[in-house]
Amino acid sequence: MTQRSPPTAAVQYLLRIADSSLIHGQRLSQWCGHAPVLEEDIALTNIALDHIGQARALLTLAGQIEGAGRDEDALAFLRSEREYFNLTMLELPNADFARTMLRGFLWSELLGALWPGLGASSNSQLAAIAAKCAKETRYHQRHCADWVRRLGDGTQESHRRIGTALAELWPYTAEWFEDDVVDAQACAAGLGPAWSTLEAGWLKSVTPVLADARLTPPPGSAFRSSGKFGRHSEHMGFLLAEMQAVPREFPGAVW
Amino acid sequence: MSTKITTQAPPAIDVARAWQALSEVLDPEVPVLSVLELGIVRGVTVDAGAVQVTVTPTYCACPATEAIQDSIRAALLAAGASSVSVDLQYAPAWTTDWIAPAAAAKLRVYGIAPPHCVASSDEPDPTTRPLRFHPQRLHCPRCSSTDTEQLSGFGSTACKALYRCLACREPFEYFKPI
Repeated sequence: MTQRSPPTAAVQYLLRIADSSLIHGQRLSQWCGHAPVLEEDIALTNIALDHIGQARALLTLAGQIEGAGRDEDALAFLRSEREYFNLTMLELPNADFARTMLRGFLWSELLGALWPGLGASSNSQLAAIAAKCAKETRYHQRHCADWVRRLGDGTQESHRRIGTALAELWPYTAEWFEDDVVDAQACAAGLGPAWSTLEAGWLKSVTPVLADARLTPPPGSAFRSSGKFGRHSEHMGFLLAEMQAVPREFPGAVW
Repeated sequence: MSTKITTQAPPAIDVARAWQALSEVLDPEVPVLSVLELGIVRGVTVDAGAVQVTVTPTYCACPATEAIQDSIRAALLAAGASSVSVDLQYAPAWTTDWIAPAAAAKLRVYGIAPPHCVASSDEPDPTTRPLRFHPQRLHCPRCSSTDTEQLSGFGSTACKALYRCLACREPFEYFKPI
């Protein structure tokens, strides 16, 4: 096998978003047939589908910018673990419904802060994708925020569960807002905003919902996840094995 | 997909005939609306029998996108095009405001409440404009009662939400404004 050189900053910037959407979509689709009520089963799989659609558009663009002949399928299914740049939080197991909804909430609020910045991208294709995705994300934001409020301000048990989820997931958000050379170059080239600039807007939309839910985020800690650098949790390998099984077993298969 | 067998070649295609052919291509998921009524055809050009159509997807992941492109190709070839290319265009992003006004009545008859207008919101910036997620008076497409409630913000396809009518007790779908 030939060793592939690491992607350029522009490609990596796109893959962080594309892979995060892809992996979040994969995790959400695992709820199919398992959600607590039918309506929620349909909602979670709809949101999963939206994310996979967004990932397709972004992966196609990343492949074009890379210029190595990789299409959306090659990028989605034929990379190894270290070549994915999704945020670590999104690859963690679903656990219970409360953790799934809280994660969806934290992530869709990040996308809500990110799309307007990408809408002003110097890359017109990326700007077009972002303007389109922003409309879909608003439905995810509303749905997830509704559930965070209901569970947090619900029964003792639902409050306990979403409180546990917040304590577990919140430390993984620190990774999101620490810039590196990828952010610096993307920002300099006008491709998209450095992610550190998204934190204020993200907090502004997250904080009031958590307050409604009678939840308080834990204090900051030294813990840092590193999925966006390609270094993943122990859960990522299992997720990829399942996600890639069919394309690797039957290369080029079509429906 | 059926192919019509004819004994003589159809007349040369022009732009008007191409639009006419497209008006008969239906959305597979809402088969009462044509792709024109849905507002997803953004342009048609004809150059010596070669037809180029620009379409925009409704949702990024709409599973019908590919089927629609195939139907467009088949319809135009049947209408006499020598070749057909269908290009996907993301900007400007599709909005339910592009659904033809006359299509609203068709949707209602089909059992789907048509979408509220997105653009009439007061907020000038479309990226921060709140959608009218919870229309206060959503009419039941069957009995027209406004005594309706949302069951889920998501439905059988990406573009719909699930509602029920408390007057006639029938569930129905709402085409979400986007």
